[in-house]
Amino acid sequence: MSPVLTAVLALLLLCLVCGALLGYAAVRFRGEGNPIAERINALLPQTQCGQCGYPGCKPYAEAIAGGDKINKCPPGGEATIQALAGLLDVVPEPLDAPEGERPPRVAYIREAECIGCTKCLQACPVDAIVGAARQMHTVIAAECTGCDLCVEPCPVDCIDMLPLAGTVQNWKWEQPLPPGRLVASDREQAV
Amino acid sequence: MTELALIMVSAILVNNFVLVQFLGLCPFMGVSKKIETAIGLSLATTFVLTLASICSYLLQQYVLKPLDLEYLRTIGFILVIAVVVQFTEMMVNKTSPLLYRVLGIFLPLITTNCIVLGVALLNANKAEYGFLTATANGFGAGLGFSLVLVLFAAMRERIAIADVPKPFRGAAIGLVTAGLMSLAFMGFSGLIKP
Repeated sequence: MSPVLTAVLALLLLCLVCGALLGYAAVRFRGEGNPIAERINALLPQTQCGQCGYPGCKPYAEAIAGGDKINKCPPGGEATIQALAGLLDVVPEPLDAPEGERPPRVAYIREAECIGCTKCLQACPVDAIVGAARQMHTVIAAECTGCDLCVEPCPVDCIDMLPLAGTVQNWKWEQPLPPGRLVASDREQAV
Repeated sequence: MTELALIMVSAILVNNFVLVQFLGLCPFMGVSKKIETAIGLSLATTFVLTLASICSYLLQQYVLKPLDLEYLRTIGFILVIAVVVQFTEMMVNKTSPLLYRVLGIFLPLITTNCIVLGVALLNANKAEYGFLTATANGFGAGLGFSLVLVLFAAMRERIAIADVPKPFRGAAIGLVTAGLMSLAFMGFSGLIKP
């Protein structure tokens, strides 16, 4: 056999062995991620606002999977806590936020005062603010998650957080009292 | 045993791969700004160098030499080292997330560095090296790299807050420091009796 042929065959064989090894490893040691964290992440509101103390919803989901508390998500509110408690089979706790659950809010830029610095654009986690340098900015209300992150960077304090105006489309009945406190006789029975 | 210890001391101090043989200078300059990253990279490099000398020795002895293909050393070593490191990275990722967090990102960074290929080729050039001695040389090279990288990172952390004249700031003072360290390491050649 000519030496060139030997060299080609030897390298080919070596490459085949290496390729097979890597292919096997890719199947055998596939990092399937954390399935619990994926499912928790699906329940979080994906505002990426960082109010839980983590840099986004996915890190918070991983932290919950690692044993963190489930009540740190203000945008998700009570509904998210209930859903998480159902998924993880733990007792729901009240929301861990200084002012409790807030009604849904939306950012509003007082456009006459906006100087077009683009600082709020960079802060917005969901790209709900449009505008350009030295141009007036405005908020796309339908995209805004009310996370407050644009308020802090604004150098002229022209961003307000307004309560989302109730319309006929989103009006709801007020929540009933929790069971057990509906009438006075229920309370006596519970004791 | 004495021979192994001598080889290690030689690779760490006397023939230090970074400061005496000038291999692996890019991670030495590039990843020495913070001591934490320097420690992570030194661990990964020690690991890769040991692994590289093991598998390149096996390739040299059992594949290339019997087939008379020693001129294919470079490409063969690169291939085998890259594959083994990649395989190990996958395995570590699956089995030990903690270790993966320490080593993970640095492993692919160092795999194709000249110090890795350098150790493999220098081992192959020394006909008298056996399996254990080749491995010891690789491990010693890794320890030597770790030593100078951590020392250098500690110095650069101090230099970063020092009042350096403007033309010397940044890479310039880093290279001057590395040169002085190299001078200091030349002193270790005095360990060998003529």
